[in-house]
Amino acid sequence: MPEYQVHEHDVLVIGAGGAGLRAAIAASAAGVSVGIVTKSLLGKAHTVMAEGGIAAALANVDERDNWKVHFADTMRGGQYLNEPRMAQIHAQEAPDCVRELEAWGAVFDRTAQGKILQRNFGGHKYPRLAHVGDRTGLEMIRTLQDYGIHQGIDVHMECVVITLLKDGDRVVGAFGYDRERGRFQLYHARAVVLATGGIGRAYKITSNSWEYTADGLALAYRAGAELKDMEFVQFHPTGMVWPPSVRGILVTEGVRGEGGTLKNKDGRRFMFDDIPPLYKNQTADNAEEGWRYTQGDRSARRPPELLTRDHVARAIVREVREGRGSPHGGVFLDIAWIREKMPHSAEHIKRKLPSMYHQFKQLADIDITKEPMEVGPTTHYVMGGVRVHPETQMSTVPGLFAAGECAAGLHGANRLGGNSLSDLLVFGKRAGAHAAAFAQEHQAGQVSAEEVGAAARQALEPFDRPSGESPFLIQRDLQETMQDLVGIVRREEDMHRALEVIEQLGERRRRAGVVGNREYNPGWHTALDLSNLLLISEAITRAAIERKESRGAHFRDDYPGRDDASGKSNLIIRQGPDGKMQIARKPLPELPAELKQIVEEMK
Amino acid sequence: MATATFRIWRGDSGGGEFRDYSLEISPGMVVLDAVHEIQAKQAQDLAVRWNCKVGKCGSCSAEINGMPKLMCMTRLNQLPLDAPITVQPMRTFPLVKDLVTDVSWNYEVKKKIKPFKPRKPDFPDGTWRMVQEDVDRIQEFHKCIECFLCQNVCHVLRDHRLHQQFVGPRFFVYVASLDMHPMDIEDRVEELKNAEGIGFCNITKCCTKVCPEEIRITDNAIIPLKERVVDRYFDFLRIGFSRLLGRKDRRALRNR
Repeated sequence: MPEYQVHEHDVLVIGAGGAGLRAAIAASAAGVSVGIVTKSLLGKAHTVMAEGGIAAALANVDERDNWKVHFADTMRGGQYLNEPRMAQIHAQEAPDCVRELEAWGAVFDRTAQGKILQRNFGGHKYPRLAHVGDRTGLEMIRTLQDYGIHQGIDVHMECVVITLLKDGDRVVGAFGYDRERGRFQLYHARAVVLATGGIGRAYKITSNSWEYTADGLALAYRAGAELKDMEFVQFHPTGMVWPPSVRGILVTEGVRGEGGTLKNKDGRRFMFDDIPPLYKNQTADNAEEGWRYTQGDRSARRPPELLTRDHVARAIVREVREGRGSPHGGVFLDIAWIREKMPHSAEHIKRKLPSMYHQFKQLADIDITKEPMEVGPTTHYVMGGVRVHPETQMSTVPGLFAAGECAAGLHGANRLGGNSLSDLLVFGKRAGAHAAAFAQEHQAGQVSAEEVGAAARQALEPFDRPSGESPFLIQRDLQETMQDLVGIVRREEDMHRALEVIEQLGERRRRAGVVGNREYNPGWHTALDLSNLLLISEAITRAAIERKESRGAHFRDDYPGRDDASGKSNLIIRQGPDGKMQIARKPLPELPAELKQIVEEMK
Repeated sequence: MATATFRIWRGDSGGGEFRDYSLEISPGMVVLDAVHEIQAKQAQDLAVRWNCKVGKCGSCSAEINGMPKLMCMTRLNQLPLDAPITVQPMRTFPLVKDLVTDVSWNYEVKKKIKPFKPRKPDFPDGTWRMVQEDVDRIQEFHKCIECFLCQNVCHVLRDHRLHQQFVGPRFFVYVASLDMHPMDIEDRVEELKNAEGIGFCNITKCCTKVCPEEIRITDNAIIPLKERVVDRYFDFLRIGFSRLLGRKDRRALRNR
């Protein structure tokens, strides 16, 4: 029997990014005992890297904005595959969540009247993103962290969950280890909230931190929960492309929101060339109008650079493929040009985009106030995730909740920028509150000692093979495979090939070994992360094969058009009784008349 | 392609040694890339803490050629490559393993600092108004990524080990961010002087020099806080007037 330390909590939150912290605060406020498990130190989660802002219809900059416009924008951006009730709740509750953050000490940029300033972003009809320069995520996570540490929450830093524990149908705890010493940890809990973020580390070019290894999705799947819409992986149009070591690092959409333009090697502003019909009415048809929009002219329509991310990413891929890209395989993003329009433009850029200025100066030796940036698409976000109830965020497994990026539903086929930070707040809060209620209504469950023992033995297996292959190399091969075969533009035969490779990588993983001992051993950690990454890569690939149309972030070269029949269902993945992955189509929920009317009115 | 030698400290709290790793390097590489490359092919169990790789999370702090830096923001072309590049853990914190140190003390310190306490909302809808000018001042402090390099380099902690009596530059920045917050009404001066030990700081500005976010820690946070302590406890003329007038002139002090 392996040794382990035992912890008791009413609610266990796995993940300490925006959603996890907000969930923990909400659960604690409901009067239950709360523990957070985080793979990193507190305050380092991927949320810290979010740049643009929090989408919320505060109407501080444009009073025409309200929750209905935000709802309609979100549904249009998601190509109507969104869970409508989630999109409604999100649009209605985001403003209060932003105000709450301010009451806890967050300091947003201000309007001339002293209100929270809001900025333009892709797919949002009006300036809607509450922000702090281009480091909004840091402000958000630090505010939640600093507020949270006084709420009596136990934080288990640098700990990893390797399996959820069940009593019958219900989740009653989790089992994992601490990274520092490698000791096993058993967490008893009456309810568990997954807030583990996304899957970006399955790809080679990604904006995501190392932690994005699909843990929550894999834990939920193995516990019997359903995954939804896994084919929708968002490629952010603007990641750095040079130098190679920074490839994929995010360049915020805020650059385009502040007037940055995209050009090919011939200097042509190619985004005007192809404006989708869904957005024709809302998009400027000349450069002058687009500029006026970014500077707050309310009679102007948005520039095509601020179309949704899926569209902009594909337009960039097209330019590169057709030989019109920049020297290092991207396109040019130019904010320096605004010197033609305003005095002191360099100071303006540094004030509006301080983090981008710093990033390019330090990592690429480029002064963005003087020169254009080279950018290209980077894996950024997964719209799919654990299927949850739109009100409570509970998965199909009782006692298991999910919020933030690891939950599905809000964003449909494509997420609008800024909707992620608001998602974390709105649904983090809901998940925490409902998990607390669940914990109050249920007794503690029984944990199976056998199950725990088996999980521990399995986790230690890589140490039996000190001469086995390095897990880092297997992860690299997976990243290459997903990037090349299940990337921005997809084809049936490529994806079948990907499935074969994933299976082979699974075999290699089972033979992989680690050297050294259990204390802070990154090789071991990677070997364990790999099983989650491989499982979820398979889910992404199977869903992408199944959706034989192009919609939102999912683009099929062999089915370039939209298919109305496919567009009426979500794809659900679960583990079948035979242990194999099953995939099924689930018809979209009927849009209530009230919401249907909003969608029609805002077209 | 050029080759460089990385002299990386390997070991744990029981002891250790520098080991050399030879590596082919490519344009634009940063120290963290090199460490990862070594980890993937030569030393799987080499412990390193990192998250974002873009200078935003402050996880990968270390001492590179003796200078406290973020590994992810230190480009190899800024270092002389004809000699080995040394990479070692921060010295002020207890070692866990290799390049990873135990920074948990910092988290304990923060818990003890009086939290943000807002005034009543300015409007019945529960909102406040602030002007950008006031906000700018503390937004500088909010840039802090908690890399703890300033803590690592501060001689009060590094050489004198006064961890029990002195919170360190990071937390003076934190107290300043709370205290200069336009909405905050808490009083933290007594703690600054006593529990937080601001008097131990003798303004050598080492913290400011190593801050990767270029926060002017000494000038903009520590010195104004020191002035507050002086005004409260050592400015006898002011204390006399305050007693005479019978008012606590905190707001006026803040707005000086």
